[in-house]
Amino acid sequence: MTETQQEGRVLPVTDLSLVVLVGASGSGKSTFARRHFKPTEVISSDFCRGLVSDDENDQGATRDAFDVLHYIAGKRLAAGRRTVVDATSVQQDSRRQLIELAKKYDVLPVAIVLDVPEEVCAERNAARTDRADMPRRVIQRHIRELRRSLRHLEREGFRKVHVLRGTEQIDGATVVTEKRFNDLTHLTGPFDIIGDIHGCSAELQSLLGKLGYVDGVHPDGRTAVFVGDLVDRGPDSPGVLRRVMSMVGSGHALCVPGNHENKYGRYLKGRKVQHTHGLAETIAQMEGESEEFKAEVRRFLDGLVSHYVLDGGKLVVCHAGLPEKYHGRTSGRVRSHALYGDTTGETDEFGLPVRYPWAEDYRGRAAVVYGHTPVPQASWLNNTICLDTGAVFGGRLTALRWPERELVDVPAERVWYEPTRPLRAEAPGGLDGRPLDLADVYGRRAVETRHAGMVAVREENAAAALEVMSRFAIDPRLLPYLPPTMAPTATSRVDGYLEHPEEAFAQYARDGVERVVCEEKHMGSRAVALVCRDAEAAAKRFGVQGPTGSLYTRTGRPFFDDEQVTEEILARLRSAVTDAGLWDELATDWLLVDAELMPWSLKAAGLLRGQYAAVGAASGAVFPGALGALEAAAARGVDVGGLLERQRERAADAAAFTAAYRRYCWITDGLDGVHLAPFQLLAVQGRSLAALPHDEQLALIDRLVEHDGTRLLRTTRRLYVDTGDPESVRAGVDWWLEMTGRGGEGMVVKPVGAVVRSGSPRSSEAESGGGEGRLVQPGIKCRGREYLRIIYGPEYTRPDNLARLRQRFLNHKRSLALREYALGLEALDRLAEGEPLWRVHEAVFGVLALESEPVDPRL
Amino acid sequence: MFLTISTRGDAAHPATDLGYLLHKHPGKAQKFSTSHGTAHVFYPEADEQRCTAALLLEIDTVALVRRGKGKGRGGAPDAALAQYVNDRPYAASSLLAVALSGVFSSALRGVCAARPELPQRARPLRVEVPALPARGGPGLVHRLFEPLGWQATAEPVPLDTEFPAWGDSRYVRLVLESERLTLAEALRHLYVLLPVLDDAKHYWVSSDEVDKLLRAGEGWLPGHPEQKLITSRYLSRRWSLTRQATERLELVRLAEADDSEVEEIDNAVAEETETEEKPTPLAVRRREAILAALRESGAARVLDLGCGQGQLVQELLKDTRFTEIVGLDVSARALTIAARRLKLDRMGERQASRVRLLQGSLAYTDKRLKGYDAAVLSEVIEHLDLPRLPALEYAVFGAARPRTVLVTTPNAEYNVRWETLPAGHVRHGDHRFEWTREEFRAWAARVAELHGYDVGFAPVGPDDPEVGPPTQMALFHRNDTGNDTEKEAKAA
Repeated sequence: MTETQQEGRVLPVTDLSLVVLVGASGSGKSTFARRHFKPTEVISSDFCRGLVSDDENDQGATRDAFDVLHYIAGKRLAAGRRTVVDATSVQQDSRRQLIELAKKYDVLPVAIVLDVPEEVCAERNAARTDRADMPRRVIQRHIRELRRSLRHLEREGFRKVHVLRGTEQIDGATVVTEKRFNDLTHLTGPFDIIGDIHGCSAELQSLLGKLGYVDGVHPDGRTAVFVGDLVDRGPDSPGVLRRVMSMVGSGHALCVPGNHENKYGRYLKGRKVQHTHGLAETIAQMEGESEEFKAEVRRFLDGLVSHYVLDGGKLVVCHAGLPEKYHGRTSGRVRSHALYGDTTGETDEFGLPVRYPWAEDYRGRAAVVYGHTPVPQASWLNNTICLDTGAVFGGRLTALRWPERELVDVPAERVWYEPTRPLRAEAPGGLDGRPLDLADVYGRRAVETRHAGMVAVREENAAAALEVMSRFAIDPRLLPYLPPTMAPTATSRVDGYLEHPEEAFAQYARDGVERVVCEEKHMGSRAVALVCRDAEAAAKRFGVQGPTGSLYTRTGRPFFDDEQVTEEILARLRSAVTDAGLWDELATDWLLVDAELMPWSLKAAGLLRGQYAAVGAASGAVFPGALGALEAAAARGVDVGGLLERQRERAADAAAFTAAYRRYCWITDGLDGVHLAPFQLLAVQGRSLAALPHDEQLALIDRLVEHDGTRLLRTTRRLYVDTGDPESVRAGVDWWLEMTGRGGEGMVVKPVGAVVRSGSPRSSEAESGGGEGRLVQPGIKCRGREYLRIIYGPEYTRPDNLARLRQRFLNHKRSLALREYALGLEALDRLAEGEPLWRVHEAVFGVLALESEPVDPRL
Repeated sequence: MFLTISTRGDAAHPATDLGYLLHKHPGKAQKFSTSHGTAHVFYPEADEQRCTAALLLEIDTVALVRRGKGKGRGGAPDAALAQYVNDRPYAASSLLAVALSGVFSSALRGVCAARPELPQRARPLRVEVPALPARGGPGLVHRLFEPLGWQATAEPVPLDTEFPAWGDSRYVRLVLESERLTLAEALRHLYVLLPVLDDAKHYWVSSDEVDKLLRAGEGWLPGHPEQKLITSRYLSRRWSLTRQATERLELVRLAEADDSEVEEIDNAVAEETETEEKPTPLAVRRREAILAALRESGAARVLDLGCGQGQLVQELLKDTRFTEIVGLDVSARALTIAARRLKLDRMGERQASRVRLLQGSLAYTDKRLKGYDAAVLSEVIEHLDLPRLPALEYAVFGAARPRTVLVTTPNAEYNVRWETLPAGHVRHGDHRFEWTREEFRAWAARVAELHGYDVGFAPVGPDDPEVGPPTQMALFHRNDTGNDTEKEAKAA
C-alpha cells in the first residue's frame, strides 16, 4: 500500500471475489462502484434498507437490511459471481461477517478503502436532500473507525487490500479483473493426466515413453498433468521431481500438489513434521542433492496451485478429488480438500482415516480426475476417475488421455513399499455401488440435450414417472433408453380418411427432406432389447450379475414376467447377431435394439379383454335383438324412419371393429407364434447408431433376420419415396392403400437420413438446438383406415363423426415427440460415451416423465 | 343399447295396455332426446295376446369423449369414458337407466292419467336386456333380482368366439320374468339395479343422487338382502369421480402409453385390504409390534418408509416421544390420502412440526433421509421386484443408515392358514414375492452383514407352531452405534 500520489492507480481484483468497499458516509463508494463494476455486481446497504422498510435511511431497519444483503451476496457467490458490497464497513464486526461469507463460499475477500477527508464527506451529504440533516459526528465517527481499521485489514482476512486516499487518487484509479490461478479453462490440451508416482522414476519414464513423450516433450504438443504425490515411499523421488519440474518449467506439463509434496514442502521450510508414510525415504534420497536443487524444489512446491480447471471447464484435476462446489474456488478449505480429500472423521482398523465416498455423490458436469486413494483399477464413477493404481505398492502407474478418455498404464517393476492396508477389492462405488440419487430425477428439471437444448420436465410429470420407474421398471442399469412417442400425419381431407400418407410426404417435402422411407408398421407392442454377447459382457459393461440383457416396454417395464422367457428371446437374438457377424463388424459386446413384439394380444391381453373384445362382445350381443325388433316393427307397418338402416350400418361398423382388432391377436404357445420385428439398431459400444441412415439400418437388420434360425425375427417391409416426385409419391400412397386394405396397421414415414434438421433455421424455437435449423420429426405415422377403428371407435368413419374427429390438434403431440426424441438421442449419446449411469438415467427418466404430459392419447 | 319389456294379455286385459302404461302409442315409433343421445321407443309386436315395447338408445360416442375438455389435451378426468372405443353405445349401463327414467317417467312413478287403475295391477312381465354389464356375474344378478319376485336368467356372453381361451365377457344376456309385479315396480328395479350391476367407476352424479335412490328404492330396497351392496355401489361412484379428476391423470397416460389398464399401474392404494381376521386385524397387530420395538430402541426421530395411507404415522403422532416423524411414499395418491387422514392442513403448528410427508423412492438414495434414529419398512419390500431390492438395501442401509431399521413382510408359510386364500397365491395382487421365514432370515442376515448391522427377528400375530406367524419382523441395529453412545456420554 504505497501512498505515492501517482496518476491512475491500478487495482487488481480477482474475477470471483467478494469486494468490500470501506469508507465513511459520503466518501463516494456508490459512485466508485458504479464506475468500476457492473450494476448487478453491486449490492448496497441503502438499497436493502429500502427493500425492507421503504426508507433507505431508516437506521432501525439496519439489521434486516444486512440480512437481506448477506442473503443476496451468498446467492451470487454460490453461483460463482463476483459481488461488491457497498456499505460503510468501517467497523470490524461488519467486515468480519463479510469475510465469513466469503469463506463460506470459498472466494477471496478483497477490500477497497476510500479514505476521504471529513469536509468532503460532509459537503456531499449536505448536497443530498435525504442526508442533509445527518449529524456531523456520524461522519467523524466513521472516519475515526476507518483510520483505526486500516492496519488490521490483511490480518482480518482480506487477501487483497487497496487503500485510496483523497478524491484525486480515487477518481484516477482503475480496476482490472484478474483470473484465479486455478482457472486454466483456456487450455484445451490434449492432456495426459498421470496418477500418483511416489518416487517410481523408472515407471514414470516408461509411461511417458508409452504415451509418446520424448525427453519430456510430446511431438503432438500434448500436455502432461500430474495429479501429485510425486514423492515419498518409492526408490527415486529426486529423479521424479527433476523430470516433472523440468516439464512444468518448459511448459510441457502442469502439476497439482499432493499431500506428500505438501508435507515435504513444510519440511523443507523447516517446519516440524513426522517422518512417516515414506517421507524418511525422500529425505534420505535428497541428501545427495545440491542445495541449489533443494531450493528449486522448495520454490516449485511452494508455487503449486491446489487444483486446475481445464478445457473450458470440462476437466478438473486435483490430488484427492473435489466436489463441484469447490471447483475454481479459492480458500484454505478448498486447498485442504484438494490435498487430503473428505474424511468421515472415523479411522479404520489400520488407524487410517476413513474417506468419505464423495464420488458417489458427485453429479457435476466437469470430469474430475484425481489420485490419492490407491485402487486396483482406474474406472469412471459419476464422471470422476481415480488414477492412483498403486505403482509404489507393486500395482501400475496409470495415465488418462484427455479428451480421448483412454487409459494407458505400465506395470510396477516391483513392490517398492508394503501398503499399510490392503488395496480395496474394487473401485469406489464398486459394481453394485453406483447408486442413483433422487436428486438426479425428482422435481422440476431441465435436461440439457445436444440436439434440442434444454428440455423441461414438470414436477407432476416427474412425480408420476418416479412412481412408475420405481414400482414397475427394470433395473435402471439395463434400461438405457426409452423410445419417444411419434406424431401422426396431419389430418387428411380425403373423403373417408382421417389419416392419409399424402400429408406425410407433403410435410417432409416442406421440411426439405427429399428421400423418405416408408416402413410397414407392425401391430404389436413396442419392445426395446438390450442384448449382450454373454453374461460376462453384461456384467462388465452394465454391472449386472446374471442377466445377459433386457427386454422392456415403452415405459420400462419388463416385457415378460418370467426371466427365462426374456433370456430365451435374448438368446435367439444373440445367435442371430453372432451368425450375422455383427459383434465384430460393429466392434461391440452389446447391442441396443428398437423393435415391435407381436402379437399385440401377448402383452395387451388385459386391455383387450377389458376394452376391445368387450366392446366387440357387447355389440355382438345387442344387435341381433335390436335389428330383429326393428324389422318386426317395420313389418307391422310402423314407420321406423331411418333407424333400421342406421342400426344396420352400426352393426356392420361394430363387426368391422371386431375384425380389426382380431387381426392383431393370435394364440401363442411358449415362444411359438411370438415374433420380434427389429427396425432400428440404437447403440453399440462407444457409438450411438441413431444417426445411421435407415437404408443402412435396414440392411443390417435384414442380415439379422436372415441369420435367425428360430423364426422369431420378422423383417420390416419398406418402400423408398422421393417426396419431390409425384410418381414416387403416388407409388407410396398405393403401397399404403394396398397394405392397409389387407388389414395392415399402416406405416411410418421417416427421413432416410435419420437425424435430420430442416433447411430453414429458426433458432428461436424451443425445439432447436444447434444453429443448423430445427430438428424434423424422426418419423410420422400413417395409420390404416380400418386400424383406426381401434383408436377412434367402431363408427368413426360415419361422415358426421369424421367431420368432428378431423378437428384434432397436433401441435402439442408434435412438440412432445420432438422433445422426447431429443431426450432419447441424448440417452444414447451419453450411453455411448460411457457417461455415468445417472446421466443416462436422467434422460431416460425424462422421456418417461414427458409421456405423462397431457396429450390426446389417440394421436 | 337396447332393452325390451313384454307382457301377455287376453280380451279382458289386453296386452296392448302396455302402451297406456308406458304412455307411448304402440303404433308409432317415437324418439326423445336425452343428454347422451337419442332414445327410441317402438313396438315390435302389439296385439291382444302379446305386446313388446323396445327402448333403443343411440349414444354419440364422439360427443361423449369431447364433452367439456380442452382442445386436444386429453384432459377429460374420466379415463374410461374418454375412450372412443367404448361399450356404452351397446351395453345396458347407467346411461340406459337414465334414459329409462326420462322416457318412462310417469310409468316409473306409477301414474296413468287415462287409465288410473292400470298401474296398480300386477301383470305378466318379461324384460330382456341382451347386453348387460354385470360385475359379480350371473350369481349376483340372481341375488339382486330374485328376492324382488323375478325369475331371472343370466347367460354369460363370451368375449370373443374366435378366442374361446379368453373366456366370458362381463356381459350377460338378461331375461327377467314375473307374474306378480307392477310395471312401475319393474322399471324402478331396473333403474336402480342396471347401474349397480354395471358398477362403472365413471358416471356423472348429481348431488341429489341419494334422494333419487331413496325414491326409486321405496318399497323394495329397505328389505333387500343385498341392500348394503346396492347402496354402496350406487353411491360409490360419487367420490371416485373427484378422485380421478385430481390424482390419476399422469398415471393414466403412462398406462395408456404402455397399452395397459390404468388399474395395473395405479394400484398403490389398495381397494381392499388383505385377508384380515377379526376382531384384531393383523394390520393393528403389526403397528403395535412396530411401536413397541421403536419405543424399546429409544428412537425419537423416525422414518416410515412406504407409509402408504399414513396409518402408522397417525399412531406415532399419538406418542410425544417421537419428536420427528417422516412418512415417505412413492405414490402421490397415497400421500394425499395420508394427508387427509392426518388432517395435516388443520393440525396445530406444534403438532404439524413433528410430521412431514414426502414423496420419494427407495430405488434412489435420498439425502433427506439421513440422520434418523429409526426407519420402518412395514410391508414394503414385497412390493418390489427382487432384482430391484439391492437398490432399496443400499438406499436404506448404505446411504440413509438409521440406527434402527424395522422390516416387516408376510410369512409365506402362514398362507395355508388363510381360508380364503387359494393355495399358491400371494396375499395381495401387487406382492412380487412372499418369503418363508428361512428366506427372510437369510436375506436379513446378508443385508446386516454387508452394511454393518446386527439383526434379530420377532413374530407378529399368533405364532403358529407349524407355520409361524402371519407377519415376520426383522429388527436391525447399526453395530457402530455403541461407539456413538459412548462418545455422546463422554461429550456430556
